[in-house]
Amino acid sequence: MKKKRDSIGFLSSLFAIVVGLLVGLVILLISNPSQAAAGFITILTGPLTHGSKGVGQVFYYATPIILTGLSVGFAFKTGLFNIGAPGQFIVGAFAAVVVGIKCGFLGGIHWLVALLAAMIAGALWGAIPGLVKAYFNVNEVIACIMTNYIGMYMVNYLISTNKSLYDKIYNYSKNVAGTANIPKMGLDVIFEGSSVNGGFFIAVAAAAVIFILLEKTTFGYELKAAGFNKDASRYAGMNEKRNIILSMAIAGALSGIAGALLYLAGSGKHIEIADVLAGEGFTGISVALLGLSNPVGVLLAGIFIAYITAGGFYLQLLNFSTEIIDVIIAVIIYFSAFSLFVRVFISGLRRKREEHAAGGKGEGGKKE
Amino acid sequence: MSTLYLVFQQTMFFTIPLLLVALGGMFSEHSGIINIALEGIMIMGAFTSILFINLTQDSLNGQVQLFLAILIAAGTGILFALFHAFAAVNMKADQTISGTALNMFAPAFAIFVARRIGGTQQVQFKNTFRIESVPLLGDIPVIGSLFFRNTYITTYIGFAILILSVIVLYRTRFGLRLRACGEHPQAADSVGINVYRMQYAGVMISGALGGLGGLVFVVPTSTNFNASVAGYGFLALAVLIFGQWHPVKILGAAFFFGLMKTVAASYSAIPFLATSGIPSYIYKMVPYIATLIVLIFTSKNSQAPKAEGIPYDKGAR
Repeated sequence: MKKKRDSIGFLSSLFAIVVGLLVGLVILLISNPSQAAAGFITILTGPLTHGSKGVGQVFYYATPIILTGLSVGFAFKTGLFNIGAPGQFIVGAFAAVVVGIKCGFLGGIHWLVALLAAMIAGALWGAIPGLVKAYFNVNEVIACIMTNYIGMYMVNYLISTNKSLYDKIYNYSKNVAGTANIPKMGLDVIFEGSSVNGGFFIAVAAAAVIFILLEKTTFGYELKAAGFNKDASRYAGMNEKRNIILSMAIAGALSGIAGALLYLAGSGKHIEIADVLAGEGFTGISVALLGLSNPVGVLLAGIFIAYITAGGFYLQLLNFSTEIIDVIIAVIIYFSAFSLFVRVFISGLRRKREEHAAGGKGEGGKKE
Repeated sequence: MSTLYLVFQQTMFFTIPLLLVALGGMFSEHSGIINIALEGIMIMGAFTSILFINLTQDSLNGQVQLFLAILIAAGTGILFALFHAFAAVNMKADQTISGTALNMFAPAFAIFVARRIGGTQQVQFKNTFRIESVPLLGDIPVIGSLFFRNTYITTYIGFAILILSVIVLYRTRFGLRLRACGEHPQAADSVGINVYRMQYAGVMISGALGGLGGLVFVVPTSTNFNASVAGYGFLALAVLIFGQWHPVKILGAAFFFGLMKTVAASYSAIPFLATSGIPSYIYKMVPYIATLIVLIFTSKNSQAPKAEGIPYDKGAR
């Protein structure tokens, strides 16, 4: 039974991807028919045509969005919509950058401490919507939107008013110490010339941890139960308030780590002082939806979205702007919201086929 | 005194778009559909109408051009919002997800098309719409300086829509039915109201006002459109909640948020604030913090439509 549901979920994701890509193709055709075919092929195969560097870049882009995807997906599993990932992301990034700049004396464990700081900061920031939901019944979507902006302005404020953190000339945060950068863990050898680093392994490990937490522990079971049916879980004696707060804190921790992994990647990224929410946080929503909130699905969806995003960069060679990729992703998300419809449609088809088989051969549709 | 007038006029530029968009969100939520796509709708409305202004520059009289742009912005908003209505009403999709998708789509689409047409992602326009002083009314002491100088016709359209909203929502059959659908759609259905049609109407009104709000936001505050409305759609959601889903309270909330935005943007020009030493980021954060605090005190006894966000299913009990 569970297998069947998963396969329908997978099909509805696939359906959304196909529709998204088709819409992308149509837009390419309308904007420049002669280059459309070449452009479409670039989207699909771009990263593969640039050797090991191209593939490495895909994993580099995938690293933070897998974590924000896990963050949103984990919250979904527990019945919460964590649209606060952009805020948790930047607050986590800030903590990582502060430790990265100021604690050079830590030596070998410097990057680990920075990562831990980001995790804690993200968790605390994520816990705020959880707290106000648990104790004051505030809708977490709205509370998350508020904490996104508060977090973004707060980080901009804290960096731009602190001389030891702020690079006035470029209007972004200063370089972190070399020891704060995530070790390459051999990936720079395999994918020469790309920015991929040990952060990717951390993302995979985080997916594994979340999978075990959700599927193999009592605590995870309780959190999921609250997601399925809040009242039933309370009736069963589970501490609903505590579970909501912890769910949001864990989701926030994951987004916080995502922020650290991006700005400690050693790829020349700095926190820019602009009044813009972190895109990686919103991409996390896409990743989670496409990956059906399942940790393994999120891992694959993160790599997929990173893959077509990387393909989008090569599109510029054909004079298409990279935003076409965002359009495609948006369409994919729009159609993945139709999963209920796809589910009904597919199970309707199956039933029809079963009935047909039953009518034709005079036996029940046991094959399914 | 002149500083005070300047601050007030500036505040209006920020208040009116927030008011319009929040009123739009209000209609949608009273019909039972949560519309967090307001940000995307604003972007689409602003994009098509600013593009129109860009393409017809110099060939049309300023006020006529602005009036046509208003129609285009509202029309675009309606069309774009229909995607949300289709997902939410027909497909019974998760409304937050559908809204998020539209929010992602709009800026990407605007940049892609702008690059395709003009080569750059910014759409430039000349602001020929500012009214220095409304004849006669602008000469009234105090009130003239507050409301009828350095202004745009969109300000008056904003107030007209506010009054219209109060009448429609509380004094017409349509308004009553709309609110019934947001509170208890099964009950509304049982007395013969077509819930799906009312929800479509609610979302389409939010599209029209959202698209219009996008244009109204960009025109006084910039000379180009860069595929962004700077989070005003989300801020409008906060205004809607701060205003507890009631049009007049929404005006108050919009004014408060507009004032904070004005102070954050131009506090160095306001003598007593410039010397106070409070950084502008604090003013930028205040609206969001205030909303969070208001939410904490009001959510237990929220005025939100009871059935919002739940797809209406005829068969459900």
